[in-house]
Amino acid sequence: MKQNSGLLSYGTYVPRRRLQRSSIHENNKWFAPGLGGLAKGEKAISGWDEDPITMAVEAGRSCVANIDRAQISALSLSSTTLPFADRSNSGVVKEAMNLADSISVSDRTGSLRAGTTALLDALHGNRMQLCLAADRRKTKIASAEEMTYADAAAAFLVGSGDVIATYLGGKSASIDFVDHFRATESDYDYAWEARFTRDEGYQKILGVTIKQALAELSIDGASIAHAVIATPVRGVPQKLAKAAGISPDVVADTLVANIGNTGSAHPLLMLANTLQNAKPGEKVLLASFGQGADVMVFETTEHLAAVNAQQASVTAPGLNDTAYSRFLFHRGQLDIEKGMRAELDEKQPGTSLARDRKTVLGLIGGKCSKTGTVQYPKTEISVNQTSRETDTQEDYLFADRIAKVLSFTADRLAYSPDPPNYHGMIDFDGGGRMVVEFADVEDGEVEVNVPMRMVFRIKSFDELRGFRKYFWKATPIRSVAKSGGE
Amino acid sequence: MASGIKDKVAILGMGCARFGERWDASADELMVEAFEEAVEDAGIEVSQLDAAWLGVGFDAQNVGPSGIPAAIALRLPDIGVTKVENYCASGTESLRGAVYAVASGAADIALAMGVEKLKDTGYGGLPTRTRGTRWDMIGVTGSAPGNFAQLASAYRAKHGIDAKDLKRAMAHVSVKSHANGAKNSKAHLQKVIDIDTALNAPMIAEPFGLYDCCGVSDGAACAIVTTPEIAKALGKNDIVAVKAMQLVTSNGWEMQSNEWDGSYLHTTRLAAKKAYQEAGITDPSKEVSLTEVHDCFSVTELITMEDLFISEQGEAWKDVLDGRFDADGDVPCQIDGGLKCFGHPIGASGLRMVYENYLQLLGRAGERQRSEPPTFCLSHNLGGMPYQNVSSVSIIGPLGS
Repeated sequence: MKQNSGLLSYGTYVPRRRLQRSSIHENNKWFAPGLGGLAKGEKAISGWDEDPITMAVEAGRSCVANIDRAQISALSLSSTTLPFADRSNSGVVKEAMNLADSISVSDRTGSLRAGTTALLDALHGNRMQLCLAADRRKTKIASAEEMTYADAAAAFLVGSGDVIATYLGGKSASIDFVDHFRATESDYDYAWEARFTRDEGYQKILGVTIKQALAELSIDGASIAHAVIATPVRGVPQKLAKAAGISPDVVADTLVANIGNTGSAHPLLMLANTLQNAKPGEKVLLASFGQGADVMVFETTEHLAAVNAQQASVTAPGLNDTAYSRFLFHRGQLDIEKGMRAELDEKQPGTSLARDRKTVLGLIGGKCSKTGTVQYPKTEISVNQTSRETDTQEDYLFADRIAKVLSFTADRLAYSPDPPNYHGMIDFDGGGRMVVEFADVEDGEVEVNVPMRMVFRIKSFDELRGFRKYFWKATPIRSVAKSGGE
Repeated sequence: MASGIKDKVAILGMGCARFGERWDASADELMVEAFEEAVEDAGIEVSQLDAAWLGVGFDAQNVGPSGIPAAIALRLPDIGVTKVENYCASGTESLRGAVYAVASGAADIALAMGVEKLKDTGYGGLPTRTRGTRWDMIGVTGSAPGNFAQLASAYRAKHGIDAKDLKRAMAHVSVKSHANGAKNSKAHLQKVIDIDTALNAPMIAEPFGLYDCCGVSDGAACAIVTTPEIAKALGKNDIVAVKAMQLVTSNGWEMQSNEWDGSYLHTTRLAAKKAYQEAGITDPSKEVSLTEVHDCFSVTELITMEDLFISEQGEAWKDVLDGRFDADGDVPCQIDGGLKCFGHPIGASGLRMVYENYLQLLGRAGERQRSEPPTFCLSHNLGGMPYQNVSSVSIIGPLGS
C-alpha cells in the first residue's frame, strides 16, 4: 500500500456553553485577586453528560460526514483525561461511529502532545486513519488553569487521494521535561512557574524543533503562510515563529479568548480553525509541545474549500454561561443535595451490554426485510401489526437520521444533574421512533414537530462501581455558522 | 367473542382503609383495616374464603415478594394467595383474579386485596426503579409526571388547543376532585381548593403544576366476591354484580411504530370497547352513571373521558369546563375525590375505585351519594406511561340490570 499523503478531512466539536471568566473571578477573587488579569473572555465547557469519548464522537462524525466509513481502517483517540484505564476508550468511539469491527483502535495518552503524535504516526502510515483528540481537564478552584483550561475535540482523517492538505514532512523530539504533570491517581495538574516553561521548554525544545524541521525539509520559514503553534500563552507563538524565520503575522489564533486551552485537542483544534481560513497552495506549520515537541508542515490543496463548506466554524459564537456553581457541580467539585431520587442504582450488567452493544452504542435498530418496517430497538417479532414477521430484521442505523418531536416535557421531578430533564418521543424521517432524553435544550426551544438530531452522551454514572453508561440523546437542530466564508 | 362475566359474580363485601400518610400503620395494619370492614360487610367467616389475590405495585419498599405477606397479615385459612403486579392496574388485577376464580367455579368465595405502603420511601412521588436490563440502557427514567405531561403536548398539538385553555381545563379537573374529596373521611386530602391555587402552583413537569398531580399515600382496599346464588343464600338482597372486567396491555405498537400520535391512550380505547360489549352497553355517554378513572394527572383524566367514549375526541376539555363531570354534572367523575385526593397507593387504587362505586350502588355513600340512582358504574386504571401501559376498565351494577 502506498504511503498516506495527507489530511482528507477534519471535524471539530466545541461545547456550546461558554463560561464567562468574569463569573469565575467574581466567585473567587476574595481568595485569588491576582487572577483578575485572566478574568476576560470566556471558555468552552462541556456538560455533565460529556467526556472525551462523547466529544470525540461528535468531532469524528462531523469529520467523516461525507466519507464512506467502510474505508476507515484505524482510529485513534488521544486524550489525557480518558474515562477508562482498562476499557478501550477508542473502542467505545468506534461503536458509536458504527465503524467496522475489523478496524484497529488505539488510545493515545500521557502527554498534551498525544494528539499530534498520533497524527504524525498516522501520516507516516499507509492506511486510512481517523485521528481524534479530546480533553476535559479538571482544575482546582481559584487556579490559573481554571481560567484557561477548556473542553473540546478535534478530528482529522488521514489517508491518500483527494487530500485537503498534503503532508510535507515533520519532526519530533521526546524529552522528559516536567513543566507540569498529573499523577495517575490525581485529578489536578501540578505546574512550575510559567517563566520556566517559556524559557526552557517552549524556546529551547519547541523552538529548536521547529527550526530543525524547517531545515531538514528545506523550507524557508518565510514561506509559511500559517503557523499553528499550540502554546496558548500570550506572545510565545510569535516569539517562536520569529526565531524560526516565520513572520509573526502568520501566527494562528490560539483560540484563548472565546474557547480556552483544550489540552491534547488544542493543536488539532487550532489547525482546523486555521484551515478554515486558509487558501489552496498555502504552507501550514503545526507545532505542539509536551515532554518534547511535534512539528509538521502541510500544504493546502484545492479540495480544502469543499470540506470547509461542510464544517461549522470553530469560532462560532457559543452560549453565554455565568453559572459557575453548575460548572463545578458538573465536574464533581460541588456537593449539591441531589435528593433521594438520585439514589437509583445504575449498575450496568456486562452481559446485557454485550448482547445489545449495537443497539445501545451504535443506535442500531431494525428494518424488516419483508415489510420494510423500521423500528427501534430491534426485536425478534416485528412491531408491524399486520404481519408477524419473525427474525427478519436487518441492521438499520438511526444515529445520523433527523427526527421531529412528537411529545415532550420539561421534567422537574426526575433527578437530572442539569434540570429540568427534557425528554419526549421523537419520530425519525424514514420511520421509526423512540422515547429519548434531550440534550442541550434551552427553555422554550422545544415544541411538537421541532427537528432534532442525535448525539452520543453519557446516560448515567454508576458512582458505586465507577462505571459510566453511554447512550444517545436528541438535541434541537440549530443553524450554525459555517466556515469557508459562507 | 367469549360470553364474558356479566352477572356471574357478585360483590359480597368490600372494605377500604383510610388513605393517607399513615406513619402509624404498616402494610399489614392497612390490610387488616380494609379486611375487617369487608368481612363484616360480607357477613362471612374468614374460614369460608377459598382463594385470595394480593395486588402490590412496588413490593421492594413495601411487603416484599409473593402472596405470603397477605396470608400472614390476615391469617388466611391455608389457601392459595397469588401476588399480582401490573403497574397501576395491580389492584384491579387482584380483583380480576378473584372474579375469574369465582366465575370459573374454582372458588365459591374469593378475596381480592390491594395494598401499598409508599410513605416508607422517604420522599414524595413514586419510587424510581429499574424497568429491565435493556430498557435501563436505552430508555428514559423520567418521573411519572414527566411521562404523562407529554400527553398534554401531543393532545394540544393535535387538536389545536391553546395552552392556556388546556391548563384551565386541567385545573378544573383538580378543583372538582378536591371539592369531592372534602366530603370523604377516608381520603388523604380533604381540602377544597380554588382554580387560582391550581393554576399558580409550582411546576412539576411542564405543563403540570403541583395540583395537576395526584398525591402519593398509603392505603389498602379489598373485595370479597362470590356467585350471585351464594350471595342470595347468605341473605343479600341488593346484589352488586360485576358487569365487565377488561384489560389491555401495550404490545409496543405505540412506542415503536409511527402510527400512534401520542395524544390518547390506545389501550384504554380498546379496553373500553371490550368492556362495553361485555356489559351490554351501547351508548356509554348515556348509559354510564358514574366513573372513577385513573386521574394520576389532571390531563390523564381529561383525555380518558374521550378514550372511554364519554366525550367526543378533542372535546373533553370543553366538557370539563362545562362541569359535565362535576359531582352534580351529567356523568360525575371521581365523586369520591379520586387519586387526586386519595393519593395513589398503587396496589390499592383499583379496589378503592370499585369500593366507591359499590357504595354508590348500595346508597351508602353518605353526603357524596348521587341522588339519581346509578346503574352502570365504571372504574379505570392506567399503569405505566402513555406510550407503553396497562389499561383496565371495570364495570359493576345491580344484578340483572
